Amino acid sequence: MSMLKIEGVHTFYGNIEALRGIDMEVNEGEIVTLIGANGAGKTTLLMTCCGSPQATKGRILFEGQDISRMPTHEICHLGIQQSPEGRRIFPRMSVHENLQMGASTQDPKYFDDDLEMVFDLFPRLKERISQRAGTMSGGEQQMLAIGRALMGRPRLLLLDEPSLGIAPLVVKQIFETIKKINREKKVTVFLVEQNAFHALKLAHRGYVMVNGNITLSGTGAELLANPEVRAAYLEGGH
Amino acid sequence: MDWAYFLQQLINGLTLGAIYGLIAIGYTMVYGIIGMINFAHGEIYMIGAFHSLITFLICQAAGISGILPLTLLLMLFVSMILTSIYGWGVERVAYRPLRGSFRLAALISAIGMSIFLQNFVQISQGARVKPMQPLIEGGITLMRSPNFDVQLSYMQIIIILLTFVLMVVFSTLIAKTSLGRAQRACEQDRTMAGLLGVNVDRTISTTFVMGAALASVAGMMVTLYYGVIDFYIGFLAGVKAFTAAVLGGIGSLPGAMLGGLLIGLIEAFWSGYLTIEYKDVATFGILVLVLIFRPWGLLGKPEVEKV
Ligand SMILES: Nc1ncnc2c1ncn2[C@@H]1O[C@H](COP(=O)(O)OP(=O)(O)O)[C@@H](O)[C@H]1O
Ligand SMILES: [Mg+2]
Repeated sequence: MSMLKIEGVHTFYGNIEALRGIDMEVNEGEIVTLIGANGAGKTTLLMTCCGSPQATKGRILFEGQDISRMPTHEICHLGIQQSPEGRRIFPRMSVHENLQMGASTQDPKYFDDDLEMVFDLFPRLKERISQRAGTMSGGEQQMLAIGRALMGRPRLLLLDEPSLGIAPLVVKQIFETIKKINREKKVTVFLVEQNAFHALKLAHRGYVMVNGNITLSGTGAELLANPEVRAAYLEGGH
Repeated sequence: MDWAYFLQQLINGLTLGAIYGLIAIGYTMVYGIIGMINFAHGEIYMIGAFHSLITFLICQAAGISGILPLTLLLMLFVSMILTSIYGWGVERVAYRPLRGSFRLAALISAIGMSIFLQNFVQISQGARVKPMQPLIEGGITLMRSPNFDVQLSYMQIIIILLTFVLMVVFSTLIAKTSLGRAQRACEQDRTMAGLLGVNVDRTISTTFVMGAALASVAGMMVTLYYGVIDFYIGFLAGVKAFTAAVLGGIGSLPGAMLGGLLIGLIEAFWSGYLTIEYKDVATFGILVLVLIFRPWGLLGKPEVEKV
């Protein structure tokens, strides 16, 4: 059964149409990636899934329930968490408080165990527990953004360009962790990336977005082998 | 130098500063969370004063005003609750519909709300000055000097203590509870707070309610301390508390408390040593100077941190 189903979604900023009829789905247990050039509309799609902004047309079903008209905070309560573009950690809060914010939707009784789980995945965060989040490096902030999302015990995790602006070694580590989260914690992952090579290698399936439309889809391996994809997103890299 | 006189001004200044600080918290918190100056906040304080007076008159009519502690508690809580409803309503009616609109829209709406509330009280309560009979009289003579006795009235003790307690409770609430954390999260990144499941609208409403509750306490204390109120007291107190918030660093909670104290002290010393006629000029002079030379205030931050 598809966990997330996007049907004919259009999203506008004022009168700019950023999404022009998106259809795609994410099945339970999968890692699905969405790749595309800067400005294609990837971030807009993830944010539309969370109701900020809301879709102007079309439906978004999460486990069969239409969430396209729901307020953002209610969508989160259903079990969708996002590590957004630019990470958006709370800079003037400590690492611990950021993780507490991630657990906003959860019963406090899970907090200690979940904290251990996040520290297991990202030991660096444990060392930085009382540091002000805004003073951490980009890679550490990214770990915090993902850790914070995990504190909300998501069934669906949305990740927006977790590799952006991060040292290659740390990127590798983060992608390993995403795989682990999916395999071991049974979290379904919807990953947006510009780093197409890594993303497609990791993902079960992928979609390609151009100018607010989905132009290609297939398994990760298929897309990696596709000449169009190679020409547009992989040439010169890796 | 006459130390007795100095001490007396210090006591008066602390009392005044406590009141300004309580009002300033409302300005600074609302600014922190939605980035606007709630110009109707002075009126909320004025309405708090009226609620406490009306509650007292009802207690008197009911014949229970002789039981002083009960009357005072009733005044405090009734005024806090009713005034909070006004604070909540102001946000709902005048600001929320304009959220996401251009900044000036909310500002104009705030000024309109301020004028509306002033007129509403003027019409419904009358324009004349309302007297409040003294409930807490007497005090302690701290120091006797040949030409001057230093007095610390019981009312001043209550004002300073109550303010201190409220500020400690309030700071703890903001620093330690999940509600306070949600408020700080909304301050730093409202969209992100929403993505994490925080009900942003409700958190903003709560902020207005808290600011109004503290302002109502200030209103009640002023009613008891000075013994007269009218529909216009919100304007001057509002501007002074706003100055306090700017002086301390708008958006900063300790800044609002510090700014309030400083403005109170400056006003008291200015009236005590220079001229009482121009005491308001001192406050506004400070506002202008701070805005020119240090717009982020004493405890504020000069620029936004890199994210
Ligand atoms: N807040 C916004 N207001 C107006 N236009 C926006 C906004 N955010 C994004 N856009 C526009 O929408 C399009 C898609 O942007 P985005 O979703 O950020 O793309 P991507 O994440 O693929 O780089 C771009 O043309 C961008 O300029
Ligand atoms: Mg993007």
